[in-house]
Amino acid sequence: MTLLQVTDLSVEFDTAEGVVRAVRGVDFTVERGRTLGIVGESGSGKSVTSLAVMGLHRGARIGGSVRFDGTELIGAPEETVRRLRGRRIAMVFQDALTALHPYFTIGDQIAEAYREHHGASRKAARKRAVDVLGDVGIPEPARRAGEYPHEFSGGMRQRAMIALALSCEPDLIIADEPTTALDVTVQAQVLDLLMRLQQDRGLGIVMITHDLGVIARVADDVLVMYGGSAAEQAPADRLFADPRHPYTRGLLDSLPRLDAGDATELRAIPGSPPSLLAPPAGCAFHPRCPVYARERNPLCTGDRPALRQVGDAHHNACVLDEVTP
Amino acid sequence: MIGYLLRRLLAMAVTLLVICALTFAIFYLLPSDPAAQFCGKDCSAERIELVRQQLGLNDPLVVQFGRYVVGIFAGQTLGSGPYAVRCDFPCFGYSFQSAQPVWDLMMDRLPTSASLAVGAAVLWLLLGVSAGVLAALRRGTWVDRTVMVTTIGLSALPVYFIAMILLYLVVTVTGLLPYPRYIAFGEDPGGWLANLIMPWTTLAVMYAALYARMTRNSVIETLAEPYVRTARAKGLPERRVVGKHGLRPALTPVATMLGMDLGGLLAGALITESLFSLPGVGKLFADSLNKADQPVIMGITLLASFFIVSSNLVVDLVYAWIDPRARLA
Amino acid sequence: MTAPLATAPAGGAGAADPATDSAAPASPWALALSRLRRQKAAMTGLAIIVFFVLAALLAPVLTAISGKGPDDLDKKAVNTYLGGLPRGSLGGISPQHWLGVEPLLGRDIFARLLYGAQISLLVAFSSALLITLIGTLLGVTAGYFGGRTDAVISRFMDVMMSFPSLIFMIALLSVARDVNRLLLLIGVLSLFGWPYIARVIRGQTLSLRHREYVEAARACGTSSGRILLTEILPNLTGTIIVYVTLAIPGLIGAEAALTYLGVGIRPPTPSWGQMIADSVLYYKVDPMFFVLPSACLFLVVLAFTLLGDALRDALDPKGSRT
Repeated sequence: MTLLQVTDLSVEFDTAEGVVRAVRGVDFTVERGRTLGIVGESGSGKSVTSLAVMGLHRGARIGGSVRFDGTELIGAPEETVRRLRGRRIAMVFQDALTALHPYFTIGDQIAEAYREHHGASRKAARKRAVDVLGDVGIPEPARRAGEYPHEFSGGMRQRAMIALALSCEPDLIIADEPTTALDVTVQAQVLDLLMRLQQDRGLGIVMITHDLGVIARVADDVLVMYGGSAAEQAPADRLFADPRHPYTRGLLDSLPRLDAGDATELRAIPGSPPSLLAPPAGCAFHPRCPVYARERNPLCTGDRPALRQVGDAHHNACVLDEVTP
Repeated sequence: MIGYLLRRLLAMAVTLLVICALTFAIFYLLPSDPAAQFCGKDCSAERIELVRQQLGLNDPLVVQFGRYVVGIFAGQTLGSGPYAVRCDFPCFGYSFQSAQPVWDLMMDRLPTSASLAVGAAVLWLLLGVSAGVLAALRRGTWVDRTVMVTTIGLSALPVYFIAMILLYLVVTVTGLLPYPRYIAFGEDPGGWLANLIMPWTTLAVMYAALYARMTRNSVIETLAEPYVRTARAKGLPERRVVGKHGLRPALTPVATMLGMDLGGLLAGALITESLFSLPGVGKLFADSLNKADQPVIMGITLLASFFIVSSNLVVDLVYAWIDPRARLA
Repeated sequence: MTAPLATAPAGGAGAADPATDSAAPASPWALALSRLRRQKAAMTGLAIIVFFVLAALLAPVLTAISGKGPDDLDKKAVNTYLGGLPRGSLGGISPQHWLGVEPLLGRDIFARLLYGAQISLLVAFSSALLITLIGTLLGVTAGYFGGRTDAVISRFMDVMMSFPSLIFMIALLSVARDVNRLLLLIGVLSLFGWPYIARVIRGQTLSLRHREYVEAARACGTSSGRILLTEILPNLTGTIIVYVTLAIPGLIGAEAALTYLGVGIRPPTPSWGQMIADSVLYYKVDPMFFVLPSACLFLVVLAFTLLGDALRDALDPKGSRT
């Protein structure tokens, strides 16, 4: 059975300035042992999506369906979702320094989750905390369990955050920019750790990032988000080999490549991400789209385009894509 | 930790010394003549000169200051010959007015001021913090709006207004309570309570309003912290998320503010004490002012500074105890 | 810190974007002003402040219309047989005395409230100005130059804040006998008021100093004075405005409290604190005498608090706290 199936997910917030449609109609699935990468700029809706799956939005209108291991989470009683949170779906947040509580020791914070879900004794939970800290490669875990987050280095703190997520042996981990705040070498270590844990335990992983380098390293499937909806969706190798959406191509062009000649210049995507409050009509990307700039196609400013199949397991939302069967 | 404490205590001592010097300079440089004050109304010039010598007022200011400071700890003998009076530690001199040791005068009045301050603090904490937390958790609802409107109005009310309204309603109109007078707790606990209810309420209303607003903002800010989201993501029940992960950091600044406010109030709530004629340190201060009783004014200024400076230290220590990040000495 | 969800302007090539038509590039000040104008509480506060400032300024005109000066005694308006209580109901409100009269002397309350407003607002505004000048100067100096300068100024602020300020103010005011009370009061209030704003300004300057554009200006060899004037101060203006507005109610209250305790403005100069002190004795028999100055005090303090709170929300949404 599919581990996580998200269908037509939408998230709206009411603000003083009006309704913000942060996510509109996103679909994806995650299988056990596989990694889905969600990529996009800030404001593309990728983090909002992950929090919606976890049921962590307060005061937002959430529509569509999120099925986890056969259980529908949208509209489910809070208690049902809470028992899944941390236990079967765990989350790794971006900045571990602010995401871990400054007043409690790392060991206590891990033990707390374990006790909550397993009803373990204080001592057993403590032992569990030390064990998972060891599993994620923290040296002297017994001593470090008694330290506070601010006493850890950035990389060690992120490992501790992963240990917290692993403590209850979840089936799915949602990692929201887990390596953004880290040095490149530490970043590689943390990603390798996640991949190793995935192989050992058959975890499903949702990796949310703005960094295509991270996606290339870990993802099996990729969902590219723009302005709250999906722009392109494909297996990772196919996406990198044959990017079809102008936005995806723009993202790839703005990435430095070792195999490119010196003559290839890096190109940034002009303009800035769209306002979610008053998004552009039609395709959210058209104001920045080089194709639209060359030729103003009325299709681009009509309805917001949905994903269409453009190849084997390859979906694209660009209305100008010639579908090749 | 020990080193930190020692450094803080040293800084505290220096601060108190500076305050002491400034207070001293102001009082002894200014025109009114302490000797004439001490001597009384119908005093001949010779007698005033005698008193001046006895009090050592002809010595240079620095010598007098040194004597005052050393005297506080080592005690000193005031006057000479048959008039000599031995004043032991802690010696703040004698009142010009009543000829009693200043220290004894202050200590007589301290329980009253402390009763007023601590009782009021309990009241405003209960009211203010619970209203603030409630408003934050029900943010944007009518509960929140009611709390915000009420507190902003109450915090603008002058303290005399609250006191007079209370007196008018409780004593004059309904006669629920007698006009308050201070009764020592040991004497009659019930009477102590009944007579302090109005002064407590008066003092607590303003502070409760301030605390409610501050608590509300602090709780709202803390509940938006990423670590609270992490606690939810761990699957903890909401009760625990708010209670353990949210409220603890949210209430830390409230504890800090409480320390400061209590430190400021222990040496007397001037207006409240004089409104209700409570014989506290504040009332003693007001009375001494009218009679230009300088040793008492001096002593109370120092006592008040001592309370403020030491409450700063206590606040920092408590902060370090609550928040491990503040433990870096 | 927070994810900029919808804060990014829809600029760029947003030709078809309906939002860009109306939203011309707005300066942060215009943005704050429009945010402020939408808040009813802030506008109410501003209206009350304007009302009282006008009343204070126009006091001579208004008393000329009412025909009663602040020091005119009117023995006919009080009943000498009843301990000098005002004749008539509600503290002697009549066509001659619009807001009644003081017991005993029969002075006109309307006139005294107006002239009292002059004193209360003059003291509060002048000390607020002084506090801002001293606080900003020392705060910016400490924050910008750091090192030893910062250590000395910060230590000084600590000492000042350890003073039992109310007690010390009273002591200071009580021993100085033959000086201009008004100036002394302003001086004393400023002396103990500046460290609070200086501390906030210091913190802000400290963080501004390490911003890229300040570093860049320094790397270009811009002089310290120029950086302070063109890069630092303009960025502090919001904070300064907010803190001054929030300091004023405290100053008005402090003036009233000191005068109430008998060490502030001396009679016969009318001030609200002194009217309240006089009226406390009569709270039972002549409540109006007590209620009127208290209500004025309440309204002005409330108005400044409302406006200050709204300004803080508008200029500084994060609510900078120390």
